[in-house]
Amino acid sequence: MASTQLHGASVGDRIYRFTTTAFALSIPLLLVLLAIEVVVAAWPALKAFHLGFLTSSEWDAVNGVFGAAPAIYGTLVSSLLALLIATPLAIGVAIFLSEFAPPWLRQPVAFLVDLLAAIPSVVYGLWGIFVLVPFLREHVMPFLADRLHLGDTPLFSGPAYGPSMLAAGLILAIMVLPYISSVTREVLMAVPRSQREAALALGATRWEMIWGAVLPYASSGVMGGVILGLGRALGETMAVTMVIGNRHEISSSLFAPGYTMASVIANEFSEATNDMHLSALMAVGAVLLAITLVVNIIARWLVWRVERRGQA
Amino acid sequence: MATTEPQVRATDAAATAVAAPAPTALVSVRALDAFFGPTRAVRDVSLDFLEGQVTAIIGPSGCGKSTLLRCLNRMHETVVTARVEGEVRLDGKDIYDRGVNPIEVRRRIGMVFQRPTPVPTMSIRDNVTAGFRAAGSGAPSRTEQHEIAEWALRRAALWDEVKDRLNDSAMALSGGQQQRLCIARALATRPRVLLLDEPTASLDPLSTQKIEELVYELRGDVTVVIVTHNMQQAARVSDRTAFMLMGDLVEVAPTSRMFTSPADERTEAYITGRFG
Repeated sequence: MASTQLHGASVGDRIYRFTTTAFALSIPLLLVLLAIEVVVAAWPALKAFHLGFLTSSEWDAVNGVFGAAPAIYGTLVSSLLALLIATPLAIGVAIFLSEFAPPWLRQPVAFLVDLLAAIPSVVYGLWGIFVLVPFLREHVMPFLADRLHLGDTPLFSGPAYGPSMLAAGLILAIMVLPYISSVTREVLMAVPRSQREAALALGATRWEMIWGAVLPYASSGVMGGVILGLGRALGETMAVTMVIGNRHEISSSLFAPGYTMASVIANEFSEATNDMHLSALMAVGAVLLAITLVVNIIARWLVWRVERRGQA
Repeated sequence: MATTEPQVRATDAAATAVAAPAPTALVSVRALDAFFGPTRAVRDVSLDFLEGQVTAIIGPSGCGKSTLLRCLNRMHETVVTARVEGEVRLDGKDIYDRGVNPIEVRRRIGMVFQRPTPVPTMSIRDNVTAGFRAAGSGAPSRTEQHEIAEWALRRAALWDEVKDRLNDSAMALSGGQQQRLCIARALATRPRVLLLDEPTASLDPLSTQKIEELVYELRGDVTVVIVTHNMQQAARVSDRTAFMLMGDLVEVAPTSRMFTSPADERTEAYITGRFG
């Protein structure tokens, strides 16, 4: 059917296609292999403790009893706290940059905000230990507990040591802010001009236009950005380990120290001498992997939905 | 130019709907220039839009007709580097005067665009009342909103098609329905002037026909200015037609005269299809 020349071209095409396909497949394959590897290694611990691994608070490496509930709780709470603080700030920054900032200011500020993401997390941790934690202990915690009389509420009770869930949440908030704000900026800028004009033509003020037309149009993309930030916060290790206090205990108070899954792994992998301990750490890794995967898939899906609507 | 000639009935059909006494100018444009950066998109245009009438603005792409339209409710200036000189008087008051709030102007002069622009996350009802809610002082009650929505949807000839699903997303509607929804939204604030910027450009023939019938229905109550590429559309819906070319207003005349015996040879060349 094809001439010799065309045939020759199609061989080259086939090789090219084969090579690129192989490259493309190697990444998902790597992910699958990694997941299998982690689950296999975690299997003894999961088999020994069943659901208790997720619900028990007892983590005793010496006696070989492992329950990861405090770490799971700590990861979730510190991440949610971070989102609670970072989301309004990040959306505010994004709205300013995409709607209000004069063009000469837009690029530099966007660059500086993005730069927050480039700071190594151990540097955040150092700053956390020597600046943030003492500041919390001496000013913020006494202020919340005594001045605002919140010391009796479960959220702010107990002694103010410094290293705490609150410190972890704050440091995570700073770290995830650039992710949320840069995704939000992108989706806000992707809102078609026609939507903005429609709102303006109805007699909307600039603020009403942003609130009533631009943000609703971009809402699921903004949500995607927030969840992307959540994905970052869940996996963050170094900075959190340095300020959270590393204690296997669930406490309702944000002043109390806690633990996260990533911190448990980072702190204990070098001391894990028996097989069960190692397997328990792997199981913590598996749980963390599963949570972050799900969170990231949701984020991608939400952003994709906005982009598709933008083109329609 | 030619703005004060006696009003000649455009078509027999129009004659039945238009009030008998000679209509007055509701919107008067005087010596209007509109710029995009250094480009002068509208050049020294003076033109009256008569109360209760439909005026069509025709001309080839890039002739400045949409820009002229967007000067009438101060939308032109929302584009970066855009600038306007001259006067646009609504009821004798220059909307470009210092101290005139463009937001107030836009609340009194409704606008519908080429592509339907419902807010995708809002229900049909909320879309209709969006402008009304923005314009209203204090939050209107639920019943009040519903009444306004029904009134505007009936006016836009959409009520019968959507009355059972007012809480559905506006995105569930067809393109033509969405466009009528946008007209309803513009009407909900009871503007005296309605600006339509090629409102049927993205619609199929049947939806186009519905919009044209609607525009025809609105004359008398609302002063309509419609920008269109389609000369048949201008002939069908308008009382008067203005022809623009390269930013200049070439001619404005009653539609029937415009399409039978235009005064300017450039107009004749355009409407007989020799260019554009």
